[in-house]
Amino acid sequence: MTLSLPSDVVSSTTSSGQVVLFSSMDRYHALVAELKATGFEMAIDLCAVDYLTQPGRNLPENIAPERFEIVVNLLSLSARQRVRIRLQVPAGKPLVPSIFDLYPGVEAMEREAYDLMGIAFSDHPDLTRILMPDDWEGHPLRKDYGLGRVPVQFKEAPGPR
Amino acid sequence: MTTIDPTIRTVERSSTLSFETSEGRQEMTPRDETKPGELSKEAGAVLRLPEGGVLDPSQIDLERPDDETMIINMGPQHPSTHGVLRLMLELDGETVLRTKSIIGYLHTGMEKTGEELTYVQGGTNVTRMDYLSPLHNEIAFSLAVESLLGIEAPARATWIRMIMGELNRVSSHLLWMATNGLDLGSTSMMIYGWREREMVLTFFEKVTGVRMNHNFIRPGGSAADLPDGWEDDVTVICDTVEARTYEYDELLTGQPIFRNRIEGVGAFTAEEAIALGVTGPLLRSTGVPWDLRRSMPYLAYDQVNFDVIVGTYGDNFDRYAIRLNELRESIKIIRQCIEKMPSGDYRIQDAKVTPPPRGRIDESMEALIHHFKIFTEGFTVPEGEVYVPVESPRGELGCYIVSDGSSKPLRIHVRAPSFVNLQVLPLMLRGGLLSDAVACISSVDPVMGEVDR
Repeated sequence: MTLSLPSDVVSSTTSSGQVVLFSSMDRYHALVAELKATGFEMAIDLCAVDYLTQPGRNLPENIAPERFEIVVNLLSLSARQRVRIRLQVPAGKPLVPSIFDLYPGVEAMEREAYDLMGIAFSDHPDLTRILMPDDWEGHPLRKDYGLGRVPVQFKEAPGPR
Repeated sequence: MTTIDPTIRTVERSSTLSFETSEGRQEMTPRDETKPGELSKEAGAVLRLPEGGVLDPSQIDLERPDDETMIINMGPQHPSTHGVLRLMLELDGETVLRTKSIIGYLHTGMEKTGEELTYVQGGTNVTRMDYLSPLHNEIAFSLAVESLLGIEAPARATWIRMIMGELNRVSSHLLWMATNGLDLGSTSMMIYGWREREMVLTFFEKVTGVRMNHNFIRPGGSAADLPDGWEDDVTVICDTVEARTYEYDELLTGQPIFRNRIEGVGAFTAEEAIALGVTGPLLRSTGVPWDLRRSMPYLAYDQVNFDVIVGTYGDNFDRYAIRLNELRESIKIIRQCIEKMPSGDYRIQDAKVTPPPRGRIDESMEALIHHFKIFTEGFTVPEGEVYVPVESPRGELGCYIVSDGSSKPLRIHVRAPSFVNLQVLPLMLRGGLLSDAVACISSVDPVMGEVDR
């Protein structure tokens, strides 16, 4: 049994044999809801990618590359099928609708994406840092965040400069 | 808080920094200061009404005034929290009302580090994430890199990966049996679990040179072949551990004190587990027969016979029984691996990926160049992105790699099963006693190394 995927996605490709759907920002929540209704019961993974150093990457023609991407992996237990959604997130306004209301399990993953990549999720119940301390400045997984500039930081010490 | 519109952090806009980092505290707050969505999450209300975000009033007694409850802190130094997990619990007497787990105490930025390491070096990084099943991290990483490269490891390498992975599952479950025994006051079980695990780790040391953090399974195959006489070593491990699992049965399974501590405690349903993205023994304990080795086979798991162990009630006893029986199933797989182990290469004969044998370096200039290139700048991987999941002892361990065509990944993300599974804690603990919290944490089996990465 193979689940049929929505036909009105902006674009879809395969990467190493895995199905990838591309979504626009305003369609994102509806697309995930549609996929959930189709039979993808589980949101197995959500992460953010910073493409700052690779702006001209390989994308379908009708997808305008943006600096950030949100990547969601959905899984259907009944059909044993996976699908991946890639959502372009502009650097000027990194704000994405949360899919917490569809899949409560993405709560920690969205917080991680916010904490490490600085992408905010609207309607997330508790959007705080999850891995870094409360008072940390900046988002470490961003490509323009210096690596190893401040070896040890104490709460009293000045932040990374 | 005002509407969130964070913008990119730049030098000229440093004023946004104070806003960016004022998103609030991670700690649990009193009820009247907590938003409804967060409150329902901490109270373990997972399944929502279709409208979304609406708390079922019967699920939590909101009438209880704040001054009758107290918020206490448990961890990160608490010995039963398996590392540095910190919980904040709202208690009414000894009954848990709300739970919030606070993590990050072991965060070392391994995903960021992974972007600075070549694909050859990457194995040393990922193996340290889930330090109780390092070989599964290496398998997921290697399969992902191989998938991007479009190569496939030789048959013997695949079977070596399977046998090492299953031995690692045995050692991880044995360690869980040990620590679970310790958490519930059975110190004998703790000693027995360590004792049997030691046998497996000694074998790992013989094969890979180290007891943990092996970097043994690499893109293209494995670092070395299995040593002479490995069949005998593995057979002894199988025979001993299998016989000992029946001793554990006698020691724990039928023991009334042990059963009373875990039966019916921390139960949740299959719907709740699926909604929370929970995988592994936790999902199987609710009766969902989902095991990637069977459901979406990788390596050569479609060529071996084994049973997927499922529970019924989703309580701590089911999870104990599942892990105990998975020990036996893993041993079954290991025995089949010994029988079916093919001969041949243990790593792919592709000079671009595999370093040349030591003997060739002295004779061939080309081999020396390949050796030098692979260990300095590494091999390049075509542009692309791939997500490869494997079944680790704790659930679905996924590795998402984005390559920009260079010899280092643009992004390496590990979907850590413990990180996601921890979200089930508020649900498990709600309405239970504080002393059961210890049993529940143990039953989730979180490894903080992969939670925090």
